[in-house]
Amino acid sequence: MHTSQAVADKPEHENPALLHHFATKGQQKNAASLGMWLFLAQEVMFFGGLFCAYLVYRYKYFGDFGSASQQLDIRLGTINTVVLICSSLTVVLAIRAVQLGKRMALVFWLLATILFGLAFLGIKADEYAEKFEKHHVPGASFSYHELLPGQEKFPPAERQYANPHHAEMFFSLYFAMTGMHALHMIIGVGLFGFLAYKAWRGKYTPDYYTPIENAGLYWHFVDIVWIYLFGLLYLIDRHR
Amino acid sequence: MATAVVSDSGERETYLNAGYGLKSWLLTVDHKRIALLYLMSITFFFFIGGFFALLIRLELLTPAGELVQSDTYNKLFTMHGQVMVFFFLIPAVPAVLGNFLIPLMIGAKDLAFPRINLLSWYLYIIGGTLMIYTILNGGVDTGWTFYTPLSTEFLKTNVISAIVGIFFAGFSSILTGLNFIVTIHRMRAPGMTWNRLPLFVWAHYATSIIQVLGTPVVAITLVLVALERLFHLGIFNPMLGGDPLLFQHLFWFYSHPAVYIMILPGMGIVSEIVCCFSRKRIFGYKAMTLAVVGIAVIGFLVWAHHMFVAGISVYAALIFSLLSYFVAVPSAIKVFNWTATMYKGSITYQTPMLYAFGFIGLFTIGGLTGLFLACLGMDVHVHDTYFIIAHFHYIMVGGMVMAYLGGMHFWWPKITGRMYPEGWGKLAALIVFIGFNLTFFPQFILGYLGMPRRYHAYPAEFQILNVLSTAGATILAVGYLLPMVYFVWSMRYGKPAPPNPWNAAGLEWQTQSPPPTFNFDEQPVVTWEAYNYDEIDEIPEKEEVPVAH
Repeated sequence: MHTSQAVADKPEHENPALLHHFATKGQQKNAASLGMWLFLAQEVMFFGGLFCAYLVYRYKYFGDFGSASQQLDIRLGTINTVVLICSSLTVVLAIRAVQLGKRMALVFWLLATILFGLAFLGIKADEYAEKFEKHHVPGASFSYHELLPGQEKFPPAERQYANPHHAEMFFSLYFAMTGMHALHMIIGVGLFGFLAYKAWRGKYTPDYYTPIENAGLYWHFVDIVWIYLFGLLYLIDRHR
Repeated sequence: MATAVVSDSGERETYLNAGYGLKSWLLTVDHKRIALLYLMSITFFFFIGGFFALLIRLELLTPAGELVQSDTYNKLFTMHGQVMVFFFLIPAVPAVLGNFLIPLMIGAKDLAFPRINLLSWYLYIIGGTLMIYTILNGGVDTGWTFYTPLSTEFLKTNVISAIVGIFFAGFSSILTGLNFIVTIHRMRAPGMTWNRLPLFVWAHYATSIIQVLGTPVVAITLVLVALERLFHLGIFNPMLGGDPLLFQHLFWFYSHPAVYIMILPGMGIVSEIVCCFSRKRIFGYKAMTLAVVGIAVIGFLVWAHHMFVAGISVYAALIFSLLSYFVAVPSAIKVFNWTATMYKGSITYQTPMLYAFGFIGLFTIGGLTGLFLACLGMDVHVHDTYFIIAHFHYIMVGGMVMAYLGGMHFWWPKITGRMYPEGWGKLAALIVFIGFNLTFFPQFILGYLGMPRRYHAYPAEFQILNVLSTAGATILAVGYLLPMVYFVWSMRYGKPAPPNPWNAAGLEWQTQSPPPTFNFDEQPVVTWEAYNYDEIDEIPEKEEVPVAH
């Protein structure tokens, strides 16, 4: 029928970064970034299931969750939050570097991001180790004997203790949520390692840096998840 | 990638003869080849799931549990459900026909992310392998729904491997959906506006939204079940204060919309077939597109109707009941518009059209009985009975599998370049229709009389209806084996197919059969509306496109 009318091959097809099935670089870049945003939407739903479970129980067992929350190390949690925010900055600086065509600066900022990521994971591992020592890991050896928040002001005989079962649920959610987040961090660090190698080989130019930008989106997403985790897990009932 | 138009043997190059050998298939990034990889894999799982179904029907031939014990029976219906839902129904139409046709229909060379497309297939295969391992290692008996605390605290079967398998299949499905959405947004040919898209593409767009936004929720939920089993985390465990209802909410948040993942692509197929064999423009194109998106959106808001007797609040149940009724509105729009399209059309009764008729009738029965279940009082009466089984099999098998088979017949000439034998096709369609109704209609009555689902034995007065159902299942099995045989036969002996054997509208018919690797020799430019059958039938002679072979 009316098919013909060939759209002439554009000279852009000479560009090795342009895949065969795209007509223009713009189309390719738009496709990649829409794909990444959809992937992040999927991630939001994935973490959404966890957040939903958490919020249900936090509502149901607020006092016990508050008590268990105070067992977390707020100092380390805060440091980790700062570390991650810094890593988001270095990602943005990496994108800026590639836009300006500064290859070594790009590699440097990618490596800096990896370093911050590893620092976060190291601190997290330290926190996990502390949970093992204090028998706060759910399972057969879990034990918990702590006051409900705000009970210190009463005479010892009248103080109320948190329900250890509910505290165990808090730590279950703590490990599931921070564990899933840490897994995403590990994947991100691996991704940046790969990109740093490619960048060092000169693959990315001001003309083509979509992978850096998309990995950056992913990394910011993982950061934002942590910001919520920090608020939800560490900061319950701290104001008393 | 080969660029020559003519291959070594002198034949015109198609995606099938563009390369030979295992490597050219296993490492292909051509959406058409990946679709065939999926076709073979899902057919394999269809017959595994079907085998379990036949064992279930054989056991239910007699009232006493004679063929299998109750434990084995639990495994049979569990694995039937898991294999059919996650490894056949969900990927069937999108990953095979959608994969093959969407780029052709919108005039693109490939999906937006060809390598991710291949990755989806590998994820599916990893998941499938784990499912096979689960089956061979003694099976799993949670029911396909994995309800806690049964799945977390009590069972000693292969729950983890089944969950990990389904997790992989789920991510395969997410990536397919993501790929489709980006492709439909970014890869359309010049002139292919949103309002010129075939309804098949619209249906896949709506399906993909559910796949991308729904599947991750069941993925994390199943991960939590696995963590609970492996590391004794307490999330759904009632002994710690966990709430099994929370599991059900999270599970059905995906698994209800998943029903629409299964049925919407089927609706897309039926729209194409009905227009082509009625030689008419679709009635109410805009309404059809809105309906398909409407079903996807409302479908996200009705999940708790699976939990009316599970102990949710009465007010929640009322709201979910009302919302469930709303799904009937866009569904009815679709059925009315198909029938209105046929009204005063020049209908011919080719095999795909017979399947489309089957779909419309059976989907209507399935949909109307769905209203019974959306009704709170009625649902309490028939909950967990064979009424439910009959209802969703009318949608899933009567609707979706009918549409899938109709689509396979409709596009078989395009996929393989060969015609299937029309006489056998019509016969098989008839056998499937009779076998299906004989299998599942008695189950409506059984359920209404109170026979519960998931038991291997039943009171003697239910036997006659069960015998009818089992007899129907046998006929249905013949109906499914027949196309399998003549499709394979036709790949070698079928008549060579012209580019457009049905004289159908749609870009996919304007390239050769089978299409070349990059689909079109020249970039198509679209200047007409979808389903312009009035224009096509006015002009008898069309531009000649050379036939393969």
